[in-house]
Amino acid sequence: MDNFASLLHGFGVALTTYHIILMMVGVLLGILVGVLPGLGAPNGVSLLLPLTFTMDPVAAIILLTSMYWGALFGGSTTSILFNIPGEPSSVATTFDGYPMARQGQATQALTLAFLSAGFGALVGVILITVLSTWVAKFALRFSSPEYFAVYFLAFASFVGLGAASPFKTIVSMGLGFAFAAVGMDTVSGGLRLTFGFNELLSGISFLIAVIGLFGIGELMITMEEGLRFDGIRARVKVRDVLKTIATLPRYWVTLLRSAAIGCWMGITPGGPTAASFMSYGLAKRLSRRKEGFGKGQPEGVVAPETADHAAGSSAILPMLALGVPGSATAAVMMGGLMIWGLNPGPMLFIERPDFVWGLIASMYLGNIVAVLMVLATIPLFASILRIPFAIIGPVIVVVCFIGAYTVAGRPFDLWLALAFGVVGYLFKKLDYPIAPLVLAMVLGDKAEDAFRQSMIMSRGSLSIFWSNGLVTTIMLIGLALALGPVLSTLFGRLTKPKASSAVA
Amino acid sequence: MLKKTSWLLATAVAVTFGGVAQADWKPSKPVEFVVTSSPGGGTDNFARVVQSIIAKHKLMDQSVIVTNKGGGSGAEGFIYTKMAAGDSHKLTFGTNNAYLLPYVAKLAYKADELTPVAAMALDEFLLWVKADSPYKDAKSYIDAVKAKPDTFKMGGSQSKDTDQTLTSLIQDATGAKFIYVPFQGGGAAGVQLAGGHIDSNTNNPNENAGQWKAGAVTPLCVFSPTRLQGNVKVTATMGWSDIPTCKEAGIPIDKFQMPRTVWLPGGIPAETVAFYADVLKKVSETPEWKEYIERTSQTDRFLGGADLKSFIADDDAKNRKVFEAEGWVVR
Repeated sequence: MDNFASLLHGFGVALTTYHIILMMVGVLLGILVGVLPGLGAPNGVSLLLPLTFTMDPVAAIILLTSMYWGALFGGSTTSILFNIPGEPSSVATTFDGYPMARQGQATQALTLAFLSAGFGALVGVILITVLSTWVAKFALRFSSPEYFAVYFLAFASFVGLGAASPFKTIVSMGLGFAFAAVGMDTVSGGLRLTFGFNELLSGISFLIAVIGLFGIGELMITMEEGLRFDGIRARVKVRDVLKTIATLPRYWVTLLRSAAIGCWMGITPGGPTAASFMSYGLAKRLSRRKEGFGKGQPEGVVAPETADHAAGSSAILPMLALGVPGSATAAVMMGGLMIWGLNPGPMLFIERPDFVWGLIASMYLGNIVAVLMVLATIPLFASILRIPFAIIGPVIVVVCFIGAYTVAGRPFDLWLALAFGVVGYLFKKLDYPIAPLVLAMVLGDKAEDAFRQSMIMSRGSLSIFWSNGLVTTIMLIGLALALGPVLSTLFGRLTKPKASSAVA
Repeated sequence: MLKKTSWLLATAVAVTFGGVAQADWKPSKPVEFVVTSSPGGGTDNFARVVQSIIAKHKLMDQSVIVTNKGGGSGAEGFIYTKMAAGDSHKLTFGTNNAYLLPYVAKLAYKADELTPVAAMALDEFLLWVKADSPYKDAKSYIDAVKAKPDTFKMGGSQSKDTDQTLTSLIQDATGAKFIYVPFQGGGAAGVQLAGGHIDSNTNNPNENAGQWKAGAVTPLCVFSPTRLQGNVKVTATMGWSDIPTCKEAGIPIDKFQMPRTVWLPGGIPAETVAFYADVLKKVSETPEWKEYIERTSQTDRFLGGADLKSFIADDDAKNRKVFEAEGWVVR
């Protein structure tokens, strides 16, 4: 109950006109940053950081976190409308959000995305409020083998997704691992797959790949299909927004499950991107309408969005309590904390309760402000779709390339984005799934590092992956998920001949 | 009379030239601070503190833009700096990685293609163990490691970087043998120690201060020639100045410190280097800088000009010896 008293005190700190205005400014800037692919939340927050040097830490963190919320919301907008994820974590939202938009349900998709995102964020913040001490202790139990198990779980929940042949899925995933391996390797300190290109030293940015694979690849397909966005010329009615809000409770199972996945991945440093993929994978597996996924299933929007935001907000906790950021944006904010003279770590809660609880209170308020503001922008964004393709198409190309350039300010990345665009186009033409590639790129090098660190620790023995209860449990769940589809097919094959012989 | 005139003349000349030297060069457009770490890293923190102090005390007329180029352990930023040869508006922030990276990885720059401007602080290294471990001093810990070689895990940031170099030095000096586990950064190595997944690490004070205060980890000794400054108690019984030096504690390593360095691209005129060195010197004299140094428990040491060159040469030679012995040097 101590936490609640502190939280109330926090509301006292956060609830001033000045702070509310900062929240609104932050959210607006965030939406803008999130909508532009490439200029994601981490970049946006680091651009804004110098402005906060002279501010009071509470005001500064409110501005930055609000921008983060805004960016997370903005990222989903372009995923749904143009199939271009504004943020890495909203890649999974494209799978069903974009088909929904193409079927004239852009308003519904956007409303569902924003509301479920808001719900996820709220669950994340409540978790921080209630269980902050416990969560911080729990996170300490994680070492490299446990991290590997978490990544393995994320991969496992995604295996067997999509209708593509397993062979094509493996090819796509393999390419993703190869792209993830480019650059300097943490464990050996050596360079890999850079082919003498200095630009590849820092690896291939995931954002560049996403801009190319989704944005440019999609545009090529659209051009081939006749230079227009099909069927997304539906009129936007405020009534649609309200009607969709009323349907939300129908997805309560998906909402709760996805929020749980999100919180889990936010606390263990799987991060929002992995959370959204895993949540989408599980939603599809456990749904009774599997065939509908990928063709505009509302759960396909609700699941990744809820998990994304639940992970995004709960990732703030490890940053504050342990000094280990759960996401790229959290890493930038942590830098900010140090410059404002705060030391992230276990003592922050004790030494600066004003700051910590003011921040947590502002997370409640900031997310409510953000949901209201993005809901208000839906008509504006959805109406963009009524602009003829001849105008919006080139604008998207320009935005994609500007985005690719902003990631690191290197002309090389423009070529890389174009190359990924061609890959994306070929993938679509040859019916290879893009999602496994993206997932492998996000988690590939982290999973590899964790695996190799575990191997160093155990001196090469795989037994480290069942050396304690925690890692064993996660590995077993992962194995069950990975082998589930295979086993059920095998089981089906074994029982089938019996059935036929019985008939004979 | 003549004497007086010549004296006046000399003063006038000195003043004029002095004034000219001061006003000779000034940035004519915004200055880019190239940070050779990702946001949130130690080098990022260093550069942004300098940026905030310059802004607050108006030490430069032009504004400052910070860009992070931390790819390849910072190599991305140094190569970017090398490519910008002759550009007087790019200031690069790093550590001794500026001249050590090219030894361990095949990179498209050499240390002499960068112009050293200043070293502003020395970051310290300590030997840390978990607070509830049975080891209360460095000697008993090292003895335990020696008794069971290749079982104790030493965590650190990255591979073939400062932490692993120091681990190698400890092994050479004491005969102990660790399993070195590289993590993504010092923060991660700190949390791994607090969680009891590794047995020790050699984190900088700032990386472990929070965990120490919270009673999760404890320092055994500091790899510095003298004890650290600061009389404030961090825990109930200990403060930074209570930590023995490693030499006192029985590990014969005199010092191991990491300079926080600032560089310009190659082909930069001396007066430009002098301008930036002067600005950074002024930064290092502000109360905000002292506060940063104290908060991160680094050693305040401003090095420029010849002092800096000899420091680099010395540090370079010391590290290269370890790299060669370990076979890390790429050819």
